[in-house]
Amino acid sequence: MGSAIITAEGLGKKFVLQAQRERYTALRDVLGKKARNLLGGGGGQASTNEFWALKDLSFTVQEGDRVGIVGRNGAGKSTLLKVLSRIVDPTEGRVEINGRLASLLEVGTGFHPELSGRENIFLNGSILGMSRAEIRARFDEIVAFAEVERFLDTPVKRYSSGMYVRLAFAVAAHLEPEILIVDEVLAVGDAEFQRKCIGKMKEVSSGGRTVLFVSHNMAAVQNLCNTAMYLSHGQLVSQGPTDQVVAEYLRAADGSNGSELASRNDRQGNGAIRFTQLALCDGQGRSIAAAQTGADLRMDLHFSAGHGPLRNLHVAMGIDDVYGQRILHLSNETTGQIFDVADGSSRVSIHMPRCPLLPGSYGFTLFSTVNGEMADYLLNAGTFHVESGDYFGTGRLPAGDQGSFITDHRFTLS
Amino acid sequence: MSHHRIVISPGARSKHYWSDLWRYRGLLGFLAWRDVMVRYKQTSIGVLWAVIRPLLTLSAMWFIGWLFGAGVPEGVPRILLVAAATMPWQLFASAFDGAANSMIANSNLVTKVYFPRMILPFSTVLVSLIDMAVALLILVVLMLFHAHLPGPEILLLPVFLVQAILAALGTGLFIAALNVKYRDFRYIVPFVVQFGLYITPVAFSSSDVFGNPSIPEVLKFIYACNPMVAVIDGFRFSLFGGDLPIHWPGFLTSLTMCVLLLVLGVRYFRRTEKGFADII
Repeated sequence: MGSAIITAEGLGKKFVLQAQRERYTALRDVLGKKARNLLGGGGGQASTNEFWALKDLSFTVQEGDRVGIVGRNGAGKSTLLKVLSRIVDPTEGRVEINGRLASLLEVGTGFHPELSGRENIFLNGSILGMSRAEIRARFDEIVAFAEVERFLDTPVKRYSSGMYVRLAFAVAAHLEPEILIVDEVLAVGDAEFQRKCIGKMKEVSSGGRTVLFVSHNMAAVQNLCNTAMYLSHGQLVSQGPTDQVVAEYLRAADGSNGSELASRNDRQGNGAIRFTQLALCDGQGRSIAAAQTGADLRMDLHFSAGHGPLRNLHVAMGIDDVYGQRILHLSNETTGQIFDVADGSSRVSIHMPRCPLLPGSYGFTLFSTVNGEMADYLLNAGTFHVESGDYFGTGRLPAGDQGSFITDHRFTLS
Repeated sequence: MSHHRIVISPGARSKHYWSDLWRYRGLLGFLAWRDVMVRYKQTSIGVLWAVIRPLLTLSAMWFIGWLFGAGVPEGVPRILLVAAATMPWQLFASAFDGAANSMIANSNLVTKVYFPRMILPFSTVLVSLIDMAVALLILVVLMLFHAHLPGPEILLLPVFLVQAILAALGTGLFIAALNVKYRDFRYIVPFVVQFGLYITPVAFSSSDVFGNPSIPEVLKFIYACNPMVAVIDGFRFSLFGGDLPIHWPGFLTSLTMCVLLLVLGVRYFRRTEKGFADII
């Protein structure tokens, strides 16, 4: 810990929306729009063309800090990293950085499919800012970490996607700048490799290096970072100890779940019903921000539906761990409860006595069919959080890295 | 903590722009190396293309010059005259084309990594220089074949080589920056290269233009505004010496245009490069 290594004052970044797209719009579209404006009176557009991705952002990062940056999609996290990396120019404000900075905004930037693994290690390393000598010195380590020894001279276009990601991360993991900026890059690769990546990043940051880390994976943030920043709509909501900031973010995220699901447009299905919100309640039906291990849990899935009865309503919820592995599948089909719902229903509740999930963040996916046809499908609909609780009445739970859930069991000795 | 200190603020120009560029020379080399490595992957005759392509252009230009009866000075075989112009022209054409498209071709890098953006056009020029080296070998073989040895003027050749690169960079940087915002320029580049070949003294020589009394002075001036005119006249002068004297007014006009385009190109590029990642 020591002096400020990054100081930002009043940082702002404005994007002018559509300015570029319009250039490529076909002439008839432009004319059509003009005609519509004439008929409809037009107006009220100029203000919508500007968008502040960052606004009045001030913060400092101390040397040796590992800072998690959390916030919902579009909160400005990636824009902030791009400004700090000098990829985009801020519109206003000022940042002072005292150290060599390297950023990893994407796994495998600049990889060329035609080049071999060996060639790509040198190319990618150089793009990320390593000198030829540095790459050569760490070459064996990189290859060992990526586990691609046998395929070093194969063009990477023949690699499996897993190998590709491993190699790309391996190069980046061996960067040794004073400040390392990492965007959501752990979302790729298999669970085993993600564990390895988090381990490597911990190792990197324990060497006294400053790390800025953006992720939607709260467990990874909590695991890796000692402080955190919570961004919303381009502004800093809070900065402080990770657990505190993450808890604040999750509270806020839960509160806004309703609008978030309703406004999602990446859904599939015929729309006979649409999920609008996931709300968590305790055993008494009181709304809660996070579930608790061992406590009764009710998950309310709110939905909107058209008029008329819904025949044969089937609802399923898939729950994933932080590595994206499916760990639970809850469905009224497997419980044998078939719903034929009359007009007016708007909520399906899943009752889970003594919540078996261990503390941490979980992702969920929602799926439903009405009368045998897919009605709504929201892949990676959101996340919810489980707080630590007393499952066995012993005040003890397994350590965090020992699986994702717990079940009743007892030991006997004979 | 190192003494490395960066201040980021809107529109702030790095005071160390050119030294930064120098620090990133390793990347420059790697990007050029990548383009060379990739170019002949999955081709069956590979590097032979580097020989075949200039030879084909050379033959075509030789044929056109012969067809239209372009003037040839005493003692210089037509094929050498054409070769001395084809080589710098190809250098210009490929460097210009590469530089002009370098931003779009590497947009994935521009939006994800910081480096002085000028690295990209520079690296494509480096690639063109490698092609040029092959083409020069062809020229040497041809000269040996015709037993034509150049005089001391040959020492000026590197100067004109540099001038060809600067001509390509000036125009290339300009188009590269414009290309980021207006993709229309992508369609202009092949046109410039194709059309340029016919208004540049490749199949003919400048003396055909300047020495022709039936061409109006205005057209001669416009002709001389082509920065490649000076380069090619210079190339021919350094190879054939007094047989092909330089037409000085034309040469200076062309040289001035070359410098002007370079200054404008660099300035425009630097003024716009900070916004590249936003709009590419």
